[in-house]
Amino acid sequence: MPPEMPEAQRIELRAKLGLNDDIATQYLRYGEALLRGDFGQSFFSKRPVVELFMERVPNTLLLTVPAFVLSVAIGLCGGLWAALRHNSLFDRSLTTATVVMQAIPNFVVGIATILIFSLSLRLLPSGGMGTWKHFILPVITLALATCANTAHLVRTCMLEVLAQDYMRYARSKGLSPAVVVLKHGLRNAILPVLTIMGLQFGGLVAGAVVTESVFAWPGAGRLVIDAVMKRDFALLQFGILVFSAAIIFANLLVDVAYGLLDPRIRER
Amino acid sequence: MKQSELLRVENLRTYFYSQGRTVRAVEDVSFSVQQGSTVCLVGESGSGKSATAFSILNLIPKSMGRVVAGKVLYGGEDLLRISQRRQRTILGNEIAMIFQEPAAALNPVCTVGEQIAEVLRTHKQCSAREARRQAKAMLDRVGIPDAQRRLDDYPHQLSGGMRQRAMIAIALSCRPKLLIADEPTTALDATVQSQILGLLHELQADTGMALLFITHDLSVVAEIADRVLVMYAGRIVEEGDVMQIFDDPWMPYTRGLLKARPGLHSGDGSSRRLSAVPGDPPDLANLSIGCSFRPRCCHAAADCAYRPPDLETVRGHSVRCMHWRQIVEAAGEPEAVL
Repeated sequence: MPPEMPEAQRIELRAKLGLNDDIATQYLRYGEALLRGDFGQSFFSKRPVVELFMERVPNTLLLTVPAFVLSVAIGLCGGLWAALRHNSLFDRSLTTATVVMQAIPNFVVGIATILIFSLSLRLLPSGGMGTWKHFILPVITLALATCANTAHLVRTCMLEVLAQDYMRYARSKGLSPAVVVLKHGLRNAILPVLTIMGLQFGGLVAGAVVTESVFAWPGAGRLVIDAVMKRDFALLQFGILVFSAAIIFANLLVDVAYGLLDPRIRER
Repeated sequence: MKQSELLRVENLRTYFYSQGRTVRAVEDVSFSVQQGSTVCLVGESGSGKSATAFSILNLIPKSMGRVVAGKVLYGGEDLLRISQRRQRTILGNEIAMIFQEPAAALNPVCTVGEQIAEVLRTHKQCSAREARRQAKAMLDRVGIPDAQRRLDDYPHQLSGGMRQRAMIAIALSCRPKLLIADEPTTALDATVQSQILGLLHELQADTGMALLFITHDLSVVAEIADRVLVMYAGRIVEEGDVMQIFDDPWMPYTRGLLKARPGLHSGDGSSRRLSAVPGDPPDLANLSIGCSFRPRCCHAAADCAYRPPDLETVRGHSVRCMHWRQIVEAAGEPEAVL
């Protein structure tokens, strides 16, 4: 409630929203409404929060899905190549770069890319949606942080796997290097990476919130940020609920995939 | 049947590099393997047996070391100098290897059937269905019960003995001419060990393949070897037919090893204490110029410290010791060890 609101209106609104009841009652009321599928309405637009949110979700997916694919692709290839060329110049540069990238917050990368590519070079738009050019900066910004993480982990896991007896054994069978590295190596090295990818999904959602704000991207992340700014609690609560559900679902997916990929897990 | 040479290793040198030190794991090793014969490579751990085997297949990891000199002649080609592509057509196909620890060597996330089938598909260009059929036949052949179901099992679902059988099935699926077995029974208990040895023997008789068997276990050597190579500190110190080595060992080290072997009969019926070879193997990064066995040798003489002994060959029996004649003479009749 804005502080400049008149006292009479404030009292009326408190009664209407049920804010005079104690916390437990309010919470139970909220929970009961959830079970009925009623997630509430935005305080400001008076529209159901589900509707507001779902309008924005496709935009967020347009940003996060390509970013995730890009991140996994770069992370896998980079990490794999660094492990295969252990201690090479590429390996060293990649390791340094991943540490730096993991340390720089998302919004700094976003602002830096805007400064370079939009303001100085005037190559790409700094924000908003429209042409394919609008996608480049936010997708890259979003992908960079997670791909550094993935690359680092793929490299570490692959190095460990490369030292295993079964890798040398696979070579002693006269298999081609591609089969040895991908079938016997990567399939073993990918297991821990998968776990982290599930966790990274959370990071990607958080990154989307920040990135969408920096690039004025009309997605669900920015909707939630706006809700925070305007103290639109019903909308904010729903946003957090959806993000949490998405992260739990992603981790569930990882567990299922883990079972499919690692026969030793399936047994138990 | 006239035997002919299948593989000849000439002056092989393999060095490992770690922390700025050069470890001379294999130093000037030469030997040959005749078709269909069994050659045993014997020695303590760290004597260079496995390094020799991996050098033959050019499987020394680049990060650890490399073969610095020597030839591995097979069918008129030097395996160390042919292209990698050519090498791959021989590995797993004409020369196969089984490892010491099947639990570590088999890929944990691939089924046993797939691990056999992939060799067949790679080398024999089989269809997937044909490869699977042959994989099942191989599992049957190595005595794995219920082979059809085992095809879809993962390595962790098999017992240690079964895993080693599976590895033998993989190795033999392309009917290799030479099987290199790196301590294949060390990780197994005694009963299973003799089963595996029996199986290898049977398969060898069946297929006529040669066997290069690496072990530190002399009782295994006595059971299977035609020819024996004794390695010490990266070098061959004695080589001969199995009877020559067991009945008339020349090198003090070999004599020590044979004494360290538990025997069932000790002649007079009294129990004989096991006498281990005293001392430890030398540091391979820091070898003295003389005989590397000198510090542990009870017959060491003054010149052993500075004169490196050459390999001396008499009637197909070689020994790397300058004083072996005196030592053998002084000892008189060798103890009955067989």
